[in-house]
Amino acid sequence: MIKVENIYKSFGEEEVLKGISTVFEKGKTNLIIGQSGSGKTVFLKCLLGLFTPEKGKIIFEDTAIQDMNKDQKSDLRKQMGMLFQGGALFDSMNIEENVMFPLRMFSKSNKKEMLDRVNEVLKRVNLENVNKKLPAEISGGMQKRVAIARAIVNKPKYLFCDEPNSGLDPRTATVIDTLIQEITHEYNITTVINTHDMNSVMEIGETIIFLKEGILVWKGDKTEIFKTDNEVVTDFVYSSDLFKKIRAVQKKEG
Amino acid sequence: MKYIRDIGSYFSMLRLVFSRPTKTSVLKHLIFKEINDLIISSLGIVAFISFFVGGVIAIQTALNMENPLIPKSLIGFATRQSILLEFAPTFISIIMAGKVGSFITSSLGSMRVTEQIDALEVMGINSLNYLVFPKIIALLFYPFLIIFAMTLGIAGGWIAGVYGGFVSSADYATGLQETFIPFHITYAFIKTFVFAFILATVPSWQGYYMKGGALEVGKASTNSFVWTSVLIILANFIITQMLLG
Repeated sequence: MIKVENIYKSFGEEEVLKGISTVFEKGKTNLIIGQSGSGKTVFLKCLLGLFTPEKGKIIFEDTAIQDMNKDQKSDLRKQMGMLFQGGALFDSMNIEENVMFPLRMFSKSNKKEMLDRVNEVLKRVNLENVNKKLPAEISGGMQKRVAIARAIVNKPKYLFCDEPNSGLDPRTATVIDTLIQEITHEYNITTVINTHDMNSVMEIGETIIFLKEGILVWKGDKTEIFKTDNEVVTDFVYSSDLFKKIRAVQKKEG
Repeated sequence: MKYIRDIGSYFSMLRLVFSRPTKTSVLKHLIFKEINDLIISSLGIVAFISFFVGGVIAIQTALNMENPLIPKSLIGFATRQSILLEFAPTFISIIMAGKVGSFITSSLGSMRVTEQIDALEVMGINSLNYLVFPKIIALLFYPFLIIFAMTLGIAGGWIAGVYGGFVSSADYATGLQETFIPFHITYAFIKTFVFAFILATVPSWQGYYMKGGALEVGKASTNSFVWTSVLIILANFIITQMLLG
């Protein structure tokens, strides 16, 4: 579980996060949604410890990241897995080396044990026989799956995903969403996903927070988001023609 | 103001490069890879340039010796002094600023753009130690490249001088040994170590801290070459003044 208490983050004069408080629950896919420029990425980077908020606390289980010493922070980082928007696979390494990377850095296992674990997670993300290929030699969807495999290879307690579906076709996007949700339940981890994809919201939004201009304006789940009267949220949710039509049908049916 | 901030950022980068070391077994592998990328892969271009520049120095010296009283051994002497004191340590370093420096900046810049550096940080790895420290260690082998350049430069001068009919082998060899000051070798290698450090760290700073996309990677590579060259020339002036002035 990750508890966020009243965090503020500014860049120069510009205040990007303005007093956000929320809880990301364990064993659930927790979504952060909002328009571009709403502060989602900055918020995610604060959770990851890449940015330090000026005010407020981010509490992992019982300890606030602000109260942790260097070693505790380093240990916490080892419990985090991150799926970046573009995958962020290391170009110079093949798929096997990419997935093995966190194990090589932190695990005391021998080469065979590491290789077994790599093959296990690659199989889990439905990728086989790609071990010796370079990231540039596989598709965008496969790269995302490799990135998921790398994120979970060390059995993390927290999984963070930044726009996991960007650049993917709708079918592959659904595969990635489902995979993230399955892994979250299977490993019982706290997953935080930053997205503006409404399909993801419908598929895997077990808890959702909505940010606008750095303020948390709404909180709920995937069924509640379609029933809310909050205008800011409905403007966002029904901004596409498809969802406008769905809403019209819903209204017609009463 | 920007320059002061950049200088501060460069030294703060150096502090981080030497803190929180990466696992030794991983580091060893990275150092060998960097030696291959930065040193071994530069052997060809360094050999080519050194050999022909050595030859040109010998020919130019010979063609400018109009006075018959000047001994032919001066061709060997001038080639040796030019190669040992300036060409091999300084000008090969400028060439390396273009080759190795741009490579370092563009590879780190691309890693920054594609969030690979963020990925390292999120994993709890000191990305500066992981990425820059192996380059500094690899460039400790840079003096071997300079010895290689010196040898081939002098060999190029000998071949051009002798086969061009400007000097005999004996005269060239006499020139090479004339008024030889061993401290000049020490001076050349002190310079080489300083240049190696500049070559490893300035392009790394340019690449690691760049912001933007593909276009900015290109700009950072150009800046990297300019600043590395400027710093090498300035360091060359200061060291020469201090050690030989």
